[in-house]
Amino acid sequence: MALNADKQRYLSRLAGKTFFILGDEACAYGALFAGCDFFAGYPITPASEIAELIANDLPKAGGIYVQMEDELASIAAVIGASWTGSRAMTATSGPGFSLMQENLGYAIMTETPCVLVNVQRSGPSTGQATKPAQGDVMQARWGTHGDHNIIALAPKSAQECLDLMLECFDLADTYRTPVLLLMDGEIGHIRESVTMPSMPAIDHATRKKADAGDEPFGGDDLVPGIVHYGEGRNVHVTGSTHLANGMRDVATPKVHDVLIRRIYRKIEENRDTIVRTESDISPDGRAKIGVIAYGAAARPAYGAVLECREQGQAVDFLRLITIWPFARKQVTEFAKNLDVILVPEMNLGQLSREIERFVDCPVVPVSKIGGIPHTVDEITSAIMEAV
Amino acid sequence: MGDYRHRLMDYVREEIMPHRFCVGCGCGTVLNAFVNAVEELGLDTKKMVCVSGIGCSSWIPSPYFKSDTLHTTHGRPIAFATGVKIMRPDLTVVVIAGDGDAAGIGGNHLIHAARRNIDLSVFMVNNMIYGMTGGQVAPTTPRGVKTSTTPYKNIEPPFDVADLVASAGASYVARWTTYHVFPLMESMQNAIRRKGFGFIEIVSQCPESYGRRIGLRTATDFLTQFRDVSIRVEKTKDMSEDELKDRIVIGKLRDRERPEFVGELHSLKNEQVEALKQESVA
Repeated sequence: MALNADKQRYLSRLAGKTFFILGDEACAYGALFAGCDFFAGYPITPASEIAELIANDLPKAGGIYVQMEDELASIAAVIGASWTGSRAMTATSGPGFSLMQENLGYAIMTETPCVLVNVQRSGPSTGQATKPAQGDVMQARWGTHGDHNIIALAPKSAQECLDLMLECFDLADTYRTPVLLLMDGEIGHIRESVTMPSMPAIDHATRKKADAGDEPFGGDDLVPGIVHYGEGRNVHVTGSTHLANGMRDVATPKVHDVLIRRIYRKIEENRDTIVRTESDISPDGRAKIGVIAYGAAARPAYGAVLECREQGQAVDFLRLITIWPFARKQVTEFAKNLDVILVPEMNLGQLSREIERFVDCPVVPVSKIGGIPHTVDEITSAIMEAV
Repeated sequence: MGDYRHRLMDYVREEIMPHRFCVGCGCGTVLNAFVNAVEELGLDTKKMVCVSGIGCSSWIPSPYFKSDTLHTTHGRPIAFATGVKIMRPDLTVVVIAGDGDAAGIGGNHLIHAARRNIDLSVFMVNNMIYGMTGGQVAPTTPRGVKTSTTPYKNIEPPFDVADLVASAGASYVARWTTYHVFPLMESMQNAIRRKGFGFIEIVSQCPESYGRRIGLRTATDFLTQFRDVSIRVEKTKDMSEDELKDRIVIGKLRDRERPEFVGELHSLKNEQVEALKQESVA
């Protein structure tokens, strides 16, 4: 999909340049390079810098920023905008993400492409409002009620905030589903060098449109083509259980079964295409200890892996870039010859439980809460203790 | 008779008729008035988006009215509609919601949309009860009424929603009842035509979940009462609060020019786009 002239004019001034910026700002630039048309949000620490940069720059690129009355309204407006064919997003943190859960389910049920950024902070409730955490990993997976699937990515650097935003929008349009960027306060507020994409490299996924006669909520494909508002096709969008043509049918068991299984399968059956991981297997290939991490915790975790190797201890490392759907195959493969896996997380052990389900060796959470990220030493000690 | 087809059938999703409103429900009257208003305005329904939430009156657009439709979560239709209208200002966006949807769970969105004066038409069907769930007290239920969740009596005063919306900044505010079908039709046209937030509170009847608790068993009972207690706003100027107790003030309550949100938003954006264009040329 080619970007329109207004967007190209704005982006051409940034393309290829390197800036020393916050992860939040990199996320905002990622949205702009993804061709975001609409952003609705509500201020919240530590995500507000995303909205601030978008509010300043999106109008220059011909897009619209609007501050809504709360997070429920923000995601609602985003979903409404998406049905006009716009690339739409919001950004928030834990409390706001909690408020968005019902409408997140609505976006899943209505197969509305949109992007939600959650810059995770320490909870529950108001918690440590200004401090980072990774406590929303399971909420991201299961927060909204009912059976569903979700896509969530977790950046480990400011650069990746930008890069993964491009991916989030493409995944949203490709699979007609909401996509989460699970940042954390540490990555949101880190200041690093970030290189903007070069213009010719921008090549966006396009939403598949429903041909005349195609049903916008079903049919043979796992991902049905979409019909946008204003096309004269009287498209009926509802969060109730619906037929392939969009009309409500909440009484027929088969209708619900077919709909929910298809929405689930469209992500399940594309797991291998969606999931991205990154690994560094120790050179001698004989490590018995492995470390799996994601987001901010992946930084000290990898530092510790290198430190242990320096000290003569072979350790394998796997970083999950895609959190959901879970990297089952990659984790199982990674664990094959290991005796133990350590999982540093800025929570009391959330993804470590998911890892446990797919490996035969013991999984040891290296939990840290309180708003301060792990140090390399802490994780190094944990690894050495496990030896 | 076999070939007879109502002239307004093109405006409804005929394939799912007959509708499922209870006998005597006011929603059919509101749908009728709405369809007539749209026809008289000569609106192209292919350029309309009708948005609703959860509740009986949300069924008026979803599924019955034939246009693009957004049937949202409970209380949020105005917020969803805001996203649609901002990105497609050329489309006519109408929200039809109940009193629970618009003034209860969604009250915050209602007042902020009115404050922004966004170019939406919101028709709130006020049946004074949570009807779909079986007759629980609503923020619009009159004081003293027994409902399934106020078994002894409702001690809360009801919201004057039209007054609230007018105070919040809406361009156009009116109140009618399902007895006043023709003025309602005209008022709907005015609300849609008026640039800005157009709000109509439509006092309606729910014989099934509300009427049977207050001794109004049929639509006729309700409509007769609506006729008898309604009073034109023009006649209320010198009346005291006490005199207006238990009366329904009907008519156009507010009609004024105010800056409209979506237009301003796009002007602001266009200025920024233009500035960058000039900079790029220079």
